[in-house]
Amino acid sequence: MKVLVAVKRVVDPNVKVRVKADGSGVDTANLKMAMNPFCEIAVEQAVRMKEAGVVSEIVAVSVGIAQCQETLRTAMAMGVDRGILVETNAEIQPLAVAKIFKAIVAKEAPRLVIMGKQAIDDDCNQSGQMLAALLNWPQATFISKVTINGEAAEVTREIDGGLENLRLKLPAIVTTDLRLNEPRYVTLPNIMKAKKKPLEVVKPEDLGVDVTPRLATLRMQEPPKRSAGVKVADVKELVAKLKNEARVIG
Amino acid sequence: MSILVIAEHDNAHLKPGVANTIAAAAKIGGDVTVLVAGHECRAAAEAAARIAGVSKVLHADAPHYRGFLAEKLADLVVSIAGGYSHILAPASGFGKNFMPRVAALLDVAQVSDICAVESADTFVRPIYAGSALATVQSKDRIKVVTVRITAFDAAPAGVSAAPVESIAAAPDSSLTEFLGQELTKSERPELTAARIIVSGGRGMGSAENFKLLEALADKLGAAVGASRAAVDSGFVPNDYQVGQTGKIVAPDLYIAVGISGAIQHLAGMKDSKVIVAINKDAEAPIFQVASYWLVEDLFKAVPELTAELSGQ
Ligand SMILES: Cc1cc2nc3c(=O)[nH]c(=O)nc-3n(C[C@H](O)[C@H](O)[C@H](O)COP(=O)(O)OP(=O)(O)OC[C@H]3O[C@@H](n4cnc5c(N)ncnc54)[C@H](O)[C@@H]3O)c2cc1C
Ligand SMILES: Nc1ncnc2c1ncn2[C@@H]1O[C@H](COP(=O)(O)O)[C@@H](O)[C@H]1O
Repeated sequence: MKVLVAVKRVVDPNVKVRVKADGSGVDTANLKMAMNPFCEIAVEQAVRMKEAGVVSEIVAVSVGIAQCQETLRTAMAMGVDRGILVETNAEIQPLAVAKIFKAIVAKEAPRLVIMGKQAIDDDCNQSGQMLAALLNWPQATFISKVTINGEAAEVTREIDGGLENLRLKLPAIVTTDLRLNEPRYVTLPNIMKAKKKPLEVVKPEDLGVDVTPRLATLRMQEPPKRSAGVKVADVKELVAKLKNEARVIG
Repeated sequence: MSILVIAEHDNAHLKPGVANTIAAAAKIGGDVTVLVAGHECRAAAEAAARIAGVSKVLHADAPHYRGFLAEKLADLVVSIAGGYSHILAPASGFGKNFMPRVAALLDVAQVSDICAVESADTFVRPIYAGSALATVQSKDRIKVVTVRITAFDAAPAGVSAAPVESIAAAPDSSLTEFLGQELTKSERPELTAARIIVSGGRGMGSAENFKLLEALADKLGAAVGASRAAVDSGFVPNDYQVGQTGKIVAPDLYIAVGISGAIQHLAGMKDSKVIVAINKDAEAPIFQVASYWLVEDLFKAVPELTAELSGQ
């Protein structure tokens, strides 16, 4: 079966971003970029399923500026067969992402779409659920395990109180959580091989999708700073402070 | 303005975040209706009716709402969405799962995880693991919003109960089959509702060593949380994770033990009233957000702290 994976290019999770002085946005110029960590987990999952003989072809899709090609090449170095860049310089919000993916699904007819649970830049946690809605497909978010069993996917989801098990009729959409797998590192030979894999570039207009943002960002601010704390010498002093100064324990 | 709040519950009891979500609805202003959908969930519906500011409770009861699957809940919410200007749910695992589905079916955006209401169409939400706060405006006809419950004080109990009206269930889409849940059993308070949280990181070293934290937590009547590293290492279950991609908490007291203070962890706890950090590394970033910090080996400090609190 064919699998579609979503890969988003984001600021590297180890880099601290700052709000621009004029409050118009976040300053991302010259910051190190990387594949969204949850998308790495999605790619890894697809590749493992291919290695296990469950999946025949993996197509990675990224929506964004021309440099997203690098992210797609990384996915291909991990084992993805080909890439599609939906190229645009516009701000793309989750509903638009879902509409673009819907159009790609119509062309590619995958049996499974694997997306990250959340993009670590916008922290929206929406796109996979929205795509499932638009396609009227079953969904499983925040998965830590998936097995394909004939015409169904059996998944374990991470929920607030523990774990949940579901059976989804294929085709379906799943979104990855941290414990699904540990993504592999790409090796130099695989990076070289990835350069030869097919990468198609299309525009949202070619897919007939209107990507106009629905939310306008009016302002961006730094979060309030916490007031400076104090170092305590030992446990006795700590307990005294908690009792008499902070008054959080009796 | 007419606001629909989707209640999170376990059929018998409401989850604590419902009252906070209702408080967020009150800030928007207007009539607040609460939907309680589940299986044999009348008790939860009646509990919702007793929260201040609720003018009506809709109660939808059907076997296929057991498990609260996203496909089925979204279909129900969309079937009644027409009459509302806003649809709100807590930004918990429950709300995050089905609300985007509701938004897409209505062809509107979702505003995720709001921490403040500026007006009926303008909200504040954290992005980049809380490194920035974005003020966003929605021009969509229906605003679908998930609420960061720690950012709103819970609505109190009302003086009288609102009416509870039964509504028909939506048809069962049967796309997904619920096989069951494995819930973490604990006598301790729930993380997102606890007044005190004791959290452990990689520095704890093992699942066995977490017993030290549990003893401290029991002394304080606290919940136990963890960093991602502690969960990934298998010290504690996944639902203990606090952070950008785990649970967001803001207790009166958060005690971080053997946690370095990565931005993804801070994103989940830096709004706590008082933060205590215990770490043997004097340079640990967690100290930057701590109200009180102690540079010490946790295997010495934690048992001492437990003993000190026991008056020994
Ligand atoms: C996409 C993504 C999402 C993430 N989401 C989350 C999230 O939601 N929550 C989260 O927590 N993390 C998250 N992380 C991980 C985060 O970046 C850090 O890796 C993680 O928080 C580190 O956990 P830690 O502090 O326990 O471990 P470490 O960083 O290894 O720190 C261990 C600390 O323990 C101290 N220590 C060790 N031994 C002792 C001792 N005997 N006594 C006292 N102190 C001791 C050390 O000095 C050190 O400071 C995420 C990362 C990514 C990329
Ligand atoms: N621009 C994009 N290109 C490719 N995939 C995306 C894009 N935006 C979001 N996604 C996918 O949707 C997931 C959730 O994103 P979000 O809803 O923005 O938090 C991400 O982890 C990606 O897998």
